[in-house]
Amino acid sequence: MTDYSKLYDERQKRFEDAVALRKPDRVPMIVMPEYFPARLSGYSIKEVMYNPEAMSQAWLAYHEKYQPDRADNPFRIRGFGSLLEVYDFQHLKWAGHGLPDNMAYQFVELELMKPEEYDHFIHDMTDFMIRRYWPRVNKSLAAFEKLPPFNSEISYLFGLYGPVAFLDPEIRKAVETVGRAAEECAKILASGRALGMKYKELGFPPSSGALTQAPFDTLSDFFRGTKGLMVDLRRRPDKVMAACEKLMPVMLEVALRSTKASGCPIVFIPLHKCMDTFMSQSQFEKFYWPHLQQLLQELIKNDRIPWVLMEGVCNDRLNSFRNVPEGKMVWHIEGSDIRKAKEAFKGVACVRGNLPVSVLVTGTPDDVRAECKKLMDLMKDDGGFIFDTGVNIGDASIENVDAMYEYVREHGAY
Amino acid sequence: MQDLINAVVELMEEEALELTKKYLGDGKSGKEVFEAYQKGMAEIGARFEAKEYFVPELILSGELMQAGSELIKPYLSAADSAADEKKLGKALIATVEGDIHDIGKNIAGMMMDIAGLEVKDLGVDVPTKTIVEEAKNWQPNIVGLSGLLTLAYDPMREVVEGLKAAGLRDKVKVIVGGGQTDEHVCKYVGADIFATDAMVNVTYAQKWLGGK
Repeated sequence: MTDYSKLYDERQKRFEDAVALRKPDRVPMIVMPEYFPARLSGYSIKEVMYNPEAMSQAWLAYHEKYQPDRADNPFRIRGFGSLLEVYDFQHLKWAGHGLPDNMAYQFVELELMKPEEYDHFIHDMTDFMIRRYWPRVNKSLAAFEKLPPFNSEISYLFGLYGPVAFLDPEIRKAVETVGRAAEECAKILASGRALGMKYKELGFPPSSGALTQAPFDTLSDFFRGTKGLMVDLRRRPDKVMAACEKLMPVMLEVALRSTKASGCPIVFIPLHKCMDTFMSQSQFEKFYWPHLQQLLQELIKNDRIPWVLMEGVCNDRLNSFRNVPEGKMVWHIEGSDIRKAKEAFKGVACVRGNLPVSVLVTGTPDDVRAECKKLMDLMKDDGGFIFDTGVNIGDASIENVDAMYEYVREHGAY
Repeated sequence: MQDLINAVVELMEEEALELTKKYLGDGKSGKEVFEAYQKGMAEIGARFEAKEYFVPELILSGELMQAGSELIKPYLSAADSAADEKKLGKALIATVEGDIHDIGKNIAGMMMDIAGLEVKDLGVDVPTKTIVEEAKNWQPNIVGLSGLLTLAYDPMREVVEGLKAAGLRDKVKVIVGGGQTDEHVCKYVGADIFATDAMVNVTYAQKWLGGK
């Protein structure tokens, strides 16, 4: 009989050894499955987005088949169809809502904060969130835009009568929507916790315990939009700096809180807008890196393990990225030159990546084995390496994923 | 009008627009003022190529060019507009069906435009049939297929198959572009090249069509 708790401990140690730049028993292997498990079990993406039982079953089947070293818990950002509907959520198109039933959701670029709203955001971010941001990103809460500010609801001289605003039937309806959202949230989170328990029983520690972002990316992705923020770098650089400074502690707190609640210290941080071709090195050094570096340092100081995915090509940034405490975090490579990354992070940080997903989608199992060999020959060395793909395997063929796991299992031992 | 050219190149928006009004008011022809913008844009393109300018500057220059053109338009004759026709060749670009990302495509389109190509942008999530039809009717030299996601590979391949079926494949060069494109994808799709950097398109366009 399999001793699952031993398996769990072995997997923990394997990961921790790689992070600490030691040589584990074998190369840890973790990939981001996106909606691949749904396909593996014969479900459409829409089915698993809305049906928690189907989702749990499909993800368990994936983990039992491939035995990755850490488990992917999909509920919070994949099994949330019903919640998105309650919100009438605007930042995504998803299966049945602008996309076919078997397509993974896609992000919609929006400028939810106007250039003239920086001061509001910086002065009182919570007020901005409730009365400007939520009503725009969640169409069913649009009426909150009509709410008065609450900062003058002070005792009996200024306060007491603010709630009269809630007589507005649209605002009332929006408040009811928040109640319905609460119920959906509770269901989804409960499904996530149940799956997490099951993973633990089966010997799989979680992939991450929190997600956060570089302040610049949050400002760009979710508030100003890519184009808006790029233009702001030239038109209103001081506002950009002030907003990033405002966001830094928020991005830190959310990571500390979630990791504390989940008990897993790994913090996933995908980087979006620092690619070599997006901004100059001096723009990067001024607007992007300082807040990210501070975030990483604070997380590490609090015994968290940042797992940073450099999306796109970030070769020119490696020299900055190597300025972090030794043996405390993971740099995940997507399109950057893995040789350069290996060199840059030698003795500094664990490197994760970066089998090209293109070969898993378009190639044959032989092509996959050849690419796996190339990567392992280059990176396995003396530890400090986690095998992963560059991006998620959502569109990969099953036989190619089989070939990838088999190859690494066969050749992964040190 | 070197001061106008400089203002454009340095992306001093207010100054550039003020100078534009001044020169037009002083009786310079629309064509001359427009040429100053074109010279400015060429220098911006060169700075982008030299990695001095990046996406922020490119987006701003696009906005400045548009604002400037609005001012100049009333001063241009029909003959001036016709003379502005791009000489290097024609590029048809689109984000393929299923993918709604457009930032990379827009940057690539701008750079090809600056390099002297006439660019027709069909937008995002464009059905295969539409791209092939447009290729048939508009007869571009280059078809640029963009996509950020791995799901874009199959639609890209279908476009190439469609071009073959329409007897157009040997008349156009096909570029696939986007963060997830590489040599595997290029081969799978049957494209001529892949591009993860907007300058690659320009370099190849000039090579194929005989630019500078």
